Amino acid sequence: MKRFTKLAALILAVAMLLMVAGCTGGEQGGTAKADFKVGVIHIGDPADGAGYSYAHDLGIVDMQANLQLTDAQVIRKINVNDTDAAATRTAIEECIEEGCNIIFGTSWGYMDTMEQLAAEYPDVVFSHGTGYKSNGTNFNNYFGRIYQARYLSGIAAGLKTQSDKIGYVAAMDVTNSEVTGGINAFAMGVESVNPDAKVYVKVTNSWFSPDLEKQAAEALLDMGCDVIAQHCDTTAPQLAAQSRGVWGVGYNSDMTKDAPQAHLTAPVWNWGVYYTKAAKAVMDGTWDGANYFGGMDDGLVDISPLSENCAEGTAEAIEEARAKIMDGSFKVFEGELYDNAGNQVCAEGEVLSDADITGAMNWYYKNVEAK
Amino acid sequence: MIYFLFAAIKAGTPLLLGTTGEIVTEKAGNLNLGVEGMMFLGAFAGFYVGHHTGSVLLALLASCIMGALGALIYAFLTVTLKANQTVSGLALTIFGTGFANFFGQIMIAGTEGGVPKLPDGFMARLAETPIPLLGNIPVVGKLLFSHNPLVYVAVIISVLCFIYIAKTRPGLNMRSVGENPAAADAAGINVTAVKYIHIMLGGAICGLGGAYISLINGGGVWNNNCVNGQGWIAVALVIFASWSPIKAIIGSLVFGAFSVLQFYAPKDIIDIPNAFYVMLPYLITAIVLVISSVKKSKEHTQPAGCSVNYFREER
Repeated sequence: MKRFTKLAALILAVAMLLMVAGCTGGEQGGTAKADFKVGVIHIGDPADGAGYSYAHDLGIVDMQANLQLTDAQVIRKINVNDTDAAATRTAIEECIEEGCNIIFGTSWGYMDTMEQLAAEYPDVVFSHGTGYKSNGTNFNNYFGRIYQARYLSGIAAGLKTQSDKIGYVAAMDVTNSEVTGGINAFAMGVESVNPDAKVYVKVTNSWFSPDLEKQAAEALLDMGCDVIAQHCDTTAPQLAAQSRGVWGVGYNSDMTKDAPQAHLTAPVWNWGVYYTKAAKAVMDGTWDGANYFGGMDDGLVDISPLSENCAEGTAEAIEEARAKIMDGSFKVFEGELYDNAGNQVCAEGEVLSDADITGAMNWYYKNVEAK
Repeated sequence: MIYFLFAAIKAGTPLLLGTTGEIVTEKAGNLNLGVEGMMFLGAFAGFYVGHHTGSVLLALLASCIMGALGALIYAFLTVTLKANQTVSGLALTIFGTGFANFFGQIMIAGTEGGVPKLPDGFMARLAETPIPLLGNIPVVGKLLFSHNPLVYVAVIISVLCFIYIAKTRPGLNMRSVGENPAAADAAGINVTAVKYIHIMLGGAICGLGGAYISLINGGGVWNNNCVNGQGWIAVALVIFASWSPIKAIIGSLVFGAFSVLQFYAPKDIIDIPNAFYVMLPYLITAIVLVISSVKKSKEHTQPAGCSVNYFREER
């Protein structure tokens, strides 16, 4: 009798184990909302109030509101250095231990670590921003056509400039195609309304450096530029433009609040569009592991509201271009295109692919000068 | 070219203040590697007070006091407790950086819209304004007499420090403490008091350098991590300037020029990778170190008692 009890207990225990295993294996069927958790790895601190991590976190907050998650269901890891693989792994594993179902890594350098972890933890979804890799199941990448928004901001700059010299403070040089593609799209926007204007580029070699960004902007102002655009994280270039009484085009967040007398508009990300979509898919069990590449038609990218510093007619010109981008009748990188050395980089009738624009663009458009 | 030199002077000013502060400290026989930390403390205090009171004078005063207080921690550790100077200085750097970013973060979180700003009138008082008459001279007027007021303050401070160190009796006492504290002690100089005073004076000057960064370079908006390594360049500049505040003026101009050179060098004539320009100041420091050690001149080297703690009992 005693032996039978023992046996029964054993059978019960095994059955329970199987049930537990069955539950965790039930990822395909989705996750109950109360158990659902989202992890976010930030390279900076969203509390900085502007810039890259701030923009991403607005998207996370948006997602949380859309899906009605509690604060305890969103786990943030901030200031995770993306060049430090060990720190990245620790931060992500902490998220896994706390029970996250999907983890967003917001910076380029997390990509390889996330790929490895995706193989080790098949039940967790890893979604990585601004990269390109994917394993088709629980690891993908998301990014977007910010160049569309940059094109529109170029229109605002081209209409505003009096000196026909527009400055552009770039974090990285021509070898970084994310930055370079953005500069080219911006320059094309400028050209579309002001064929005489030129875009002058200064490189800081740093994503975040208030001093270098200010110095680069001042060098551009000294050259006679009267609109300063930027692809870097701080508001320093806009403030430099403001202190000289000229204008600027920001990035990442609406910098009108930082430099109200100078700022025209800024290309911005609405990451919430993707974060909501991805988290919902995992929660509902409809996640497919495909890479995501959104554009203006999804609402993932846009420009911030035009400030009152904009030239007359800016709103109309931008609206016209926006409509053409939205209905697909206009592609920003459509041939024929020439670089600033006179080489043809895109033939008549051809359209460059998104992969080329964000991954393999190492030339400047013809009205760009990097001196 | 004028624009380039003008930008170089602006970029060099916080370095000049940091360097002068460190020279004063080292001349009194203490190697304080906490320049970066004291600059951070001064940067935060200056901005915070400016943000809340709108008074330039109070902001600058606060940055000096904060820098001096940071130095006081260091002085207590090294002079009274005789802790290792290098480690204490590094600790001060880490502390100051963390302090400024921590409270900077709180300030950001506590400001509506998340952007702590200095009042408009505040920025106007620190704007670049040509000095009447002198500012109208062509070229020179723009180059030397059209800066923001803090640039002149920095130059005046380093000239005063030079005169103080080289020409006055208290300066002589301080140098003797730096070179040979035992002899100074025997001569009736209060070594501990002299060290405390000059470490704190140096800290106050470094704090002012930090205020320059947060008030002028920041463009009226607080940035975390604003000092961003400039304190370390100041430490290197001390060697470059061979412990003379006057040479520090030239040295900081040179280093400031290097830091903006990458944006002003004509890329179509000389196309060198940007990294090279970033490297230049350090390369020059290394070369200066080599030259000065080959020359073995006693006059232009680190004070003999620097970085060694003075134990009266071991005399």
